[in-house]
Amino acid sequence: MITLTSKNKMAALVCGIVFLNLSLFALGGEMKNADSTKPNRIEIKDFAFNPQTLTVKSGEKVTWINRDEEPHTVVSVEKQFKKSTALDTDQEFTITVGAPGTYSYFCSVHPKMTGTIVVEK
Amino acid sequence: MSDYISHDHEHDGIDRRGFLHCMAWAGTGLLWTISGGVLASRTLAQIAKAGEPLPATDLSFLQISDSHIGFSKEANKDVTATFKIALDRINAMPTPPSFLIHTGDISQLSKPEEFDTFDEVLKSCRTKDVFYVPGEHDVLNDGGKLYRERYLKSVEGKGSGWYSFNKNGVHFIGLVNVLDLQAGGLGQLGDEQLKWLEADVKDLSADTPVVVFAHIPLWAVYPQWGWGTSDSERALGYLKRFGSVTVLNGHIHQVLQKVEGNVTFHSAMSTAFPQPAPGTAPSPGPMKVPAEKLRSLLGLTSVKYLQGKSSLAVIDSNLS
Repeated sequence: MITLTSKNKMAALVCGIVFLNLSLFALGGEMKNADSTKPNRIEIKDFAFNPQTLTVKSGEKVTWINRDEEPHTVVSVEKQFKKSTALDTDQEFTITVGAPGTYSYFCSVHPKMTGTIVVEK
Repeated sequence: MSDYISHDHEHDGIDRRGFLHCMAWAGTGLLWTISGGVLASRTLAQIAKAGEPLPATDLSFLQISDSHIGFSKEANKDVTATFKIALDRINAMPTPPSFLIHTGDISQLSKPEEFDTFDEVLKSCRTKDVFYVPGEHDVLNDGGKLYRERYLKSVEGKGSGWYSFNKNGVHFIGLVNVLDLQAGGLGQLGDEQLKWLEADVKDLSADTPVVVFAHIPLWAVYPQWGWGTSDSERALGYLKRFGSVTVLNGHIHQVLQKVEGNVTFHSAMSTAFPQPAPGTAPSPGPMKVPAEKLRSLLGLTSVKYLQGKSSLAVIDSNLS
């Protein structure tokens, strides 16, 4: 058996917490991000935005990353933010959200793909 | 045993194989009568009896689709090579097609260098006339501006690039359904293009064979994956009085066919990578298959209109 040093124990605990957080993030579909230093990430996988709805605070950054082999875009339905160029595999796109409200967006290449960002004060 | 095989290019298989593939009707190869008249179901004898003149003369052309030059993922790490093989097959045909139709997704990411590679490789094709319609991969970042400059200039595409032309009495219509797509929606033609289409066919005689080509299928193949065009019904409404309408699409990287009245819908294989059958995978992304199987799922489509036989045949052949 491997004996954990206190440093390792701390690392394991941190990993556990991060893992738990990520799990909630992935499963919840909608989740508030209490710590503004943490990135708000939306993964594009299997022609879907995940989470499909993300709640953030005004002024925070939101980053999409494309995990598909197909290019995707991120386009605001109401032109509330500048649209992305086509994101190839593993490419990212980041915006800083502005005024509170609901931001609907979609992939202009595969318009069936839609998502929402809820921006709170 | 390998020295037993003679590498005589006249006889060792290129021509024979090419011929066999031309004759291989993949799955549901199709042959149907077009009427010189009104109904697709009329027999040759009935047509002869009616004594109606046939409007069109012999014509054969070839559809290639979804080259995706620039794609280099696992599903096919060398799409340029498979595109070349497709062109080799065309060059080996005993009767070269009059022209090619490319139904979109020349490129993977609309990059000028991807279009350059495509154009360079295409030079090896003996058939020089090519008619194009864009796929969504060709118009990713500029609304199709570069694509139009490169591929639609000679046909003087209207609006976002649609056009029509006549060959041997057959009326061809190239439509664009990959631009200005709406959130939550499918492929789209749009009001301006539909009005143009209505006017374009208004004065044509109903016995004119019509061939429509567009990237995304003009029938609801699988809307859950976006495989359909939201306003295609209106387009088909303008075409339903014609005795023979053939609709050729790409986009879904597999052969699917449907006959509805006088309209035959047909989707072609890609020369780059296959996609899963509707609903059989979590998403319509590139389908990975064993390397030795890949070429059997790539291919091209030959279309023939034969005078006298009054037939329009759509024949798919793979690249294996």
